[in-house]
Amino acid sequence: MTSPSDAAISAGIWSTPEAQASRRRRKRGDLVLQGLGIGAISLAVGLLGLLLVSLGYLGYRAFVQTMVTLDFPVSTERVDAANPAAGNYRLVIRDALVAQFPEVTSTGDLRDLNAILTNNAQFMVRDAVIADPSVIGGTIRLSLPASDQFDQLNKNNVPRDVPETQRRISDQQILWFDTLAERGAVSTPFNWGLIFNADSRFPELAGLAGAIVGTFYAILVCFLISFPVGIAAAIYLEEFAPRNRFTDIVEVNINNLAAVPSVVFGLLGLAVFLNFFGLPRSAPLVGGMVLALMTLPTMIIVTRAALKAVPPSIREAALGMGASKHQMILHHVLPLSMPGILTGTIIGLAHALGETAPLLLIGMNAFITSPPGGLLDASTTLPTQIFIWADSPERGFLARTAAGILVLLAFLVVMNALAIFLRQRLERRW
Amino acid sequence: MASYAFLLILVLSGVAFFIGRSYGIAAITAGASSGVKPHSVPAYHGAYVAVWVGLPALVLVLLWLFLQGPVVDRLILASLPDSVTGGLSGPQLTLILSEIKNVAAGHEFTPPTPEIAAAAARYLSWAAIARWAMIVVILAMMLLAMFVARTRLAPRFRARNGVERALSIIMVASAVTAVLITLGIIFSLLFEAARFFQMVPVWEFLFGRRWEPQIPIREDQVAGLGAFGAVPVFAGTLLIAAVALAVAIPVGLFTAIYLVEYADHRVRAVVKPVLEVLAGIPTVVYGFFAVLVVAPAIRSGGMALGLATSPNSALAAGGVMGIMIIPFISSLADDALRAVPRAMRDGSLALGATRAETMTRVMLPAALPGIMGGVLLATSRAIGETMIVVMAAGLIATLTLNPLDGVTTVTVQIVTLLIGDTEFDSPKTLAAFALGLVLFLVTLAINVYALTIVRKYREKYD
Repeated sequence: MTSPSDAAISAGIWSTPEAQASRRRRKRGDLVLQGLGIGAISLAVGLLGLLLVSLGYLGYRAFVQTMVTLDFPVSTERVDAANPAAGNYRLVIRDALVAQFPEVTSTGDLRDLNAILTNNAQFMVRDAVIADPSVIGGTIRLSLPASDQFDQLNKNNVPRDVPETQRRISDQQILWFDTLAERGAVSTPFNWGLIFNADSRFPELAGLAGAIVGTFYAILVCFLISFPVGIAAAIYLEEFAPRNRFTDIVEVNINNLAAVPSVVFGLLGLAVFLNFFGLPRSAPLVGGMVLALMTLPTMIIVTRAALKAVPPSIREAALGMGASKHQMILHHVLPLSMPGILTGTIIGLAHALGETAPLLLIGMNAFITSPPGGLLDASTTLPTQIFIWADSPERGFLARTAAGILVLLAFLVVMNALAIFLRQRLERRW
Repeated sequence: MASYAFLLILVLSGVAFFIGRSYGIAAITAGASSGVKPHSVPAYHGAYVAVWVGLPALVLVLLWLFLQGPVVDRLILASLPDSVTGGLSGPQLTLILSEIKNVAAGHEFTPPTPEIAAAAARYLSWAAIARWAMIVVILAMMLLAMFVARTRLAPRFRARNGVERALSIIMVASAVTAVLITLGIIFSLLFEAARFFQMVPVWEFLFGRRWEPQIPIREDQVAGLGAFGAVPVFAGTLLIAAVALAVAIPVGLFTAIYLVEYADHRVRAVVKPVLEVLAGIPTVVYGFFAVLVVAPAIRSGGMALGLATSPNSALAAGGVMGIMIIPFISSLADDALRAVPRAMRDGSLALGATRAETMTRVMLPAALPGIMGGVLLATSRAIGETMIVVMAAGLIATLTLNPLDGVTTVTVQIVTLLIGDTEFDSPKTLAAFALGLVLFLVTLAINVYALTIVRKYREKYD
């Protein structure tokens, strides 16, 4: 309870114009800081949104592919039934297109007409005929990818209203394509080629199969090396190592290794694995080993944290029952800390999955048109494939790059979701 | 062949385990009548034999696989007649070797000389011999080990201790691996950089102001004369890192302040994971974003203001790198602010200070060492970041402070020098290792310093 005089004095002090102004100023300061905080957060979140939206906007078109469905007349004069592989499929394709547009006769026009279908159309027809030789002499109905120019035209990426000279396809070609579309020959189904094709020079055929398989091999090697070695090293450092100079050095060293720029690991891989041991360039084995070296420190750090979280009562109970120290760790502490270790492992592998720079240095950015058959075959990985496509000038690769990124992000989301699930389901709180 | 070796090891180790275990079980039944209780449970007897069989064989196979290539190469070169190898230097020998291997693999570009063809045939037969020899040697070794280990089993034999000793050895070896990685980095960088400094003086590299490393590797190539003064490269790295920090420090710091002081737990629960997402996005994605969205935006913005803006401006690369570093700074600043004792904050508020005054005059000064440590770690991250700059920054080393110009960085140069034609005797390739050495040492120094600050600061308040 304040006395009246106190109240009067304080009221007097606090209600002077200077005091009120000062109070307003200080309150404003508070609001400014709060506003800056909200601004900073909105900026960060907004930039993330911009990043994702622009990738989605660019990439969603690559998930569908313009296909042209035609009847290909496989006449016996073009294709010999005895040797279907040697047939002249270029002419088969020309026949099919001319059947649609009988008025086209000149060589130049025929070439322009041919350009509607992908460059590899003849091989696709050949493969279909070899798979089913009974069509020779009849016709075969196939959906083939349109070439990149017409794929872009169909997706409204090529302006129709600019003069002919400013685009790579002529008005006549657009007319042909539109006629085909009116006849119902053009469709845009889901682009399975993006997932199941290997890389190609032609955007309409390029896919991620090689990169996905290469990534799988590299991450597998990375896991097989870094998981056991990381756990063994962590158990030693956490449970057995005496506190001495050597242990201190190892500890400082691991913390620093976790912060070494990833490109330096690429230099190490190049100098040691490729140059000294003579392992093949671009091989997922080498990529996986480089990623393992990079992931190992993280693995050791998360495993140590998980081991530390197991309460002493468990250890003491095990030792009290007569278990040896090894038995205490292997039978009790390690199983109890496994959820934490697995969570950390998945996050570490997700990190390795997105790593690009060290893989560039060991040549995993090669142009390879078939998925690797083994650990020593040349291959790319998802991030390096994205890097290659981002460097390609064709318009079609732009959308494919964004789509590749979306696929990569989808893998990362799945892995992280798995880690969160494991953490919430299995991790125990003591 | 290697996979067969691993399969063989796996199968024989399994067999060894069952042999040992069945001995252990037999020992228990025998012990029940004779009264001699076995020291270890049957599984340890099994594991003992299995470790003896599997572990040495595994080590041998790994060593063999790593060393077979270099050893066979040496032998092949030594087997060539003097008329072929006489007076040739290292790289020329490497060339001959790769020709032999190409011929052996069936890629003949020109008909090989008889010596080369003979060497290729020898190479194939020796490689086959080496592969079979490996299988034979490890098989013999494993059978011998199984026999020896099995004869050592006895009721009072301490199988468990033996297994545990082996486990301890594995664990120590794993811990040593971490040190070996560092040593490997240091020695490989030092070794290649030393070769570079034999061709280009250290002085010129560290203080020269012209960087034109694209020298011809073959004689018929058209390329620059070559200059290896790395100052513009270092300056470009620092410029881009500075732009990145100029974006990331204010945004990250204000984010942390808001999250610590103003946000309720629901806002925190949403904002923190969203920021983690920023940290989890692969850098190649940021690079694509920089090239595709940010750089054109900055360029058209600069054009609108009448400024000459390079399409691969430092501002675009640095700005996007800044976005990547935001979560790094915000989470470390968040930790540092949270570590300030609550009594300090409450005392300030109790004296009538507003929350903003408490933050700027009490909490921030108290948390400053921790925040500085975080900023230093972010700096080392920015210097070592590769993909964003490889995709968005320039290739030409210009010495400038204008963030609208294109500059190049250490990591960009490392990657561009090592992509494509790599010949390990050209200063062009080796320059990448010299840059890598500088990068490694600088980031290491920053990290060690930053970690010391952070640790000291934690101890102060704990």
